[in-house]
Amino acid sequence: MRVILNGTPHDLDDGASLASTVAYLTTATTGIAAAVNGEVVRRSAWAQTPLRDGDLVEVITAVQGG
Amino acid sequence: MDDPFVIAGESMSSRLIMGTGGAPSLDVLDRALAASGTELTTVAMRRVDPAATGSVLDVLTRRGIRVLPNTAGCYTASEAVRTAQLAREALGTSWVKLEVIADERTLLPDPVELLDAAERLVADGFTVLPYTNDDPVLARRLEQAGCAAIMPLGSPIGSGLGIRNTHNIELIVASAGVPVVLDAGIGTASDAAIAMELGCDAVLLATSVTRAHDPELMAEAMRSAVIAGRLARLAGRVPKRRYATASSPPVD
Repeated sequence: MRVILNGTPHDLDDGASLASTVAYLTTATTGIAAAVNGEVVRRSAWAQTPLRDGDLVEVITAVQGG
Repeated sequence: MDDPFVIAGESMSSRLIMGTGGAPSLDVLDRALAASGTELTTVAMRRVDPAATGSVLDVLTRRGIRVLPNTAGCYTASEAVRTAQLAREALGTSWVKLEVIADERTLLPDPVELLDAAERLVADGFTVLPYTNDDPVLARRLEQAGCAAIMPLGSPIGSGLGIRNTHNIELIVASAGVPVVLDAGIGTASDAAIAMELGCDAVLLATSVTRAHDPELMAEAMRSAVIAGRLARLAGRVPKRRYATASSPPVD
């Protein structure tokens, strides 16, 4: 299946979880948050959140600004 | 003098809120933050960059500075609400500097979207600190919506033009029941002092320090300016007069 991860298409194994997808992008375990199709998913639920073909996944963190 | 700055029940001794944008490196930022004496500092929320090295969060954690995520880059209430929710999840804070801008050229707040976002975030349990126009009516509406502070601009973000409408800032201060933070437009130390003399409770600035020739030195200048302006406000300035008032006794 293919998801859009931070704006870029990625091919993932069917049934890949949000947790494994975030881990693929970054090794950071704090200071990050994720949303799937615009809905924030609590970190405690990442491992139990399977992704589906076409999902829009955003993984964000704090950067310098403001 | 014990003169704490209190927002939403949280007490701070520094009345200078710093932003982290614009610093040439994390090392320069680190030294500028230390020199500023700030206890509350903004960050922006952006997509994770797998190639990034070092994190602004590490700097803030090491310095023991409270993080204030912003919603910079959002043009609609919905975008701002989602960004605030992501920030709360990522950083474990329900405080948010709410920014909803109208266009890239001026970065001025969009008042309609701003008020909408403020109402939605307050309802969702956030402590909302809105970056707003220097409009006393909008400031009142934001306070009525439940915002924990009002943060009017002095002039556009990053412009360094200082406070263009001191009268409006005075009007906002005069009627606000929550802290007023002068946010955006500070160019140099005198601007920060004027904000405090006008009665603002704190100053929020970034560019004027981070893009100064010597950020660490300018941070120290801003720290002193905010203290000086606050003390002058509390001390009560003399009235302005058209003609001289002799400060020495008359000659016998």
